[in-house]
Amino acid sequence: MFTSVDEVSARLAETGYLASPAVATTVFLADRLGKPLLVEGPAGVGKTELAKAVAQVAGARLVRLQCYEGVDEARALYEWNHAKQLLRISAGREESWDETRTDIFSEEFLLTRPLLTAIRGDDPKVLLIDETDKADVEVEGLLLEVLSDFQVTVPELGTITATRRPFVVLTSNASRELSEALRRRCLFLHIGFPEEELERRIVRLKVPDIDEALAASVVRVVGALRAMDLRKVPSVAETLDWARTLLALGADTLDETVVRDTLGVILKHQDDVLKAAAKLDLDAL
Amino acid sequence: MTPDAATPTEPTDVTARLTALVAALRTHGIRIGTGETVDAGHAVAALGLADRGLLREGLAATLLHTPGQRAVFDAVFDLYFPLGVGAPEGGRADRDDLRDRLVAALTADDTALLGRLAMEAVDGFGGYGSSPGSDGWSSYQALDRIRPQTLMARVRDGVRAQSGAAGFTDRLLEDEIRRRIEAFRALVGAEARRRVAERRGRDEIARRAVAPTADRVDFLYAGKDRLAELRRTVQPLARKLATRLAARRRRAARGTIDLRRTLRGSLSTGGVPVRPVLRRRRPARPELVLLCDVSGSVSGFSDFTMLLVQALHDQFSKVRVFAFVNRIDEVTGLLAHGTADPEGLGARIRAEATLTGWHGSSDYGVALGEFAERYGAAVGPRTTVFVLGDARTNMSDPNLPAVRRITERARRAYWLNPEPHAQWGTGDSAALAYAELIEMHECRNVRQLSSLVGRLLPI
Repeated sequence: MFTSVDEVSARLAETGYLASPAVATTVFLADRLGKPLLVEGPAGVGKTELAKAVAQVAGARLVRLQCYEGVDEARALYEWNHAKQLLRISAGREESWDETRTDIFSEEFLLTRPLLTAIRGDDPKVLLIDETDKADVEVEGLLLEVLSDFQVTVPELGTITATRRPFVVLTSNASRELSEALRRRCLFLHIGFPEEELERRIVRLKVPDIDEALAASVVRVVGALRAMDLRKVPSVAETLDWARTLLALGADTLDETVVRDTLGVILKHQDDVLKAAAKLDLDAL
Repeated sequence: MTPDAATPTEPTDVTARLTALVAALRTHGIRIGTGETVDAGHAVAALGLADRGLLREGLAATLLHTPGQRAVFDAVFDLYFPLGVGAPEGGRADRDDLRDRLVAALTADDTALLGRLAMEAVDGFGGYGSSPGSDGWSSYQALDRIRPQTLMARVRDGVRAQSGAAGFTDRLLEDEIRRRIEAFRALVGAEARRRVAERRGRDEIARRAVAPTADRVDFLYAGKDRLAELRRTVQPLARKLATRLAARRRRAARGTIDLRRTLRGSLSTGGVPVRPVLRRRRPARPELVLLCDVSGSVSGFSDFTMLLVQALHDQFSKVRVFAFVNRIDEVTGLLAHGTADPEGLGARIRAEATLTGWHGSSDYGVALGEFAERYGAAVGPRTTVFVLGDARTNMSDPNLPAVRRITERARRAYWLNPEPHAQWGTGDSAALAYAELIEMHECRNVRQLSSLVGRLLPI
């Protein structure tokens, strides 16, 4: 898909995703080595966005499996369409049972779920397994077969092997330790908060109307907030929200009043707001 | 890997170097299988050796599994794939000139230039000793001579002169410069390690001079910044432990076989136990009582454990925390959720609770006796008691009857000792005496603590 790391950054940038060198290198390797990519990092740094950007670059279809507590085989892999099977049986009353049986377990009655969808077919696909840590441990076992051999076994149909391997991205917020077995099958990428210069470029790209000096100050204040010991540190998403808010308020530069009034956009806990206000020498709220 | 693969004069054999890097990472407790090493080899082949930054990211992606391993990896990587070899080109710099250039680099926040200056700093001011075998490179000495922290005012004025207008963000400037200086100090440290490694052999330096991952740092020897780093891991660790407890609870709810009722039921099928009967469990959340020694020597350990238990509070019906030095007082209120500011916790406990009587050194006998006396009612048949401390009771009476009274009333009682097992009972430690009455576990670092908490906490 790519010939060099620089090409990865350049083509991701075309879709509006500015990748740090670490991100670009790992995406390049995931493509080269044909291994799934496990992305961890705080909320709002663009883990899911990365998968979307890769799909766009590759001209591939994005197949998304959103994990949650209780997600199971029927939601992740495949399911037989029972209602349709019943209809088929009652429609063909005169048929012998053998005919019916072979018929109702055919592709027509198979409901493919994301993992199977990603494996079947010849068109390029990007499989996004979002918030893997929310799923139960049993689902991880399911993923192991899919991710290492790219094959799925349906008892009535046989083993389905991918003719074209999808590019797989798994994301995790680390709310649960993923099993060692799953980690071993993946390339590991930790997306942290971006460096100041990169974040400035992200703000300028996503909020194009913002004044350059204002963008720089916004990024510097957010950087200072991240250095504080807060309960929830602001992420890139919050930086962008703040930049948009300032733009909407028509603020040209940052000053005490503006920061004090809009601190709620970037900080989500009252004690964080108080602490930040104290450290930034804002007057009492 | 061959043992001589890491001598300083080796040919640049990438495979040998890669396996040596992996071996060094393994000595730091990072588990890397052969499969990952092969992947790393593929990554090197795909990326080439031209760009060191890309190589670093590529190897990190293939070899590491958790973000906590990254700091160790970076330090080890710098040793095995150094930026340069030997001394920097050009003559030895003179101190004032180096400081001037450092000011310029800090003002411009030029990372590449800072890296070069770190090399020059170690080369010019970090060397000590003259005979081979006793000489070396010291980052401490280099930093002591250059004193980058005293450049603060000059850098600040420089930045202000460049950017002009003093807007709102001006107040952030000093902190930003402080972070830049801190980064420079880290660069000097890495450079000194590299120079020493050239002389002494890389494997040894990689094993000894690279700081371990945060969860393997000894509580007793952790410095202030290391403890702060640990505190930030409390919430994620608590989440992990909570899921582990939930899993244990699920398993336990299915229960074990109730032999009596199974056999009774088997009578109707002629003595064949067709239908096994499982023991039913009453779903009751357990209570927890924590007794923490917060005297100077072990306060880092106690503070961390208190925060961890507090973060786990919704797993229990009741958590009560008591702190002591030589008197005991309840501090549950100070730990209340949300209000607890982890940074100042220790100081607040010492300020607001009555922990000391006539003197300031810890006395387990008196404190435990006072607990059994005043708060005896806190311990009941549903309670699990954890005592945290090194059991160093300054030669006074360990008051074993009080401990016996506590353990008899409690459902379970454990003692977590941050000292290595070999030191129990040495000097003024009463650990062995206590260990006869109460189950005592060695708990030196976060790794041990989390495995103990996951195993011992009642469900």
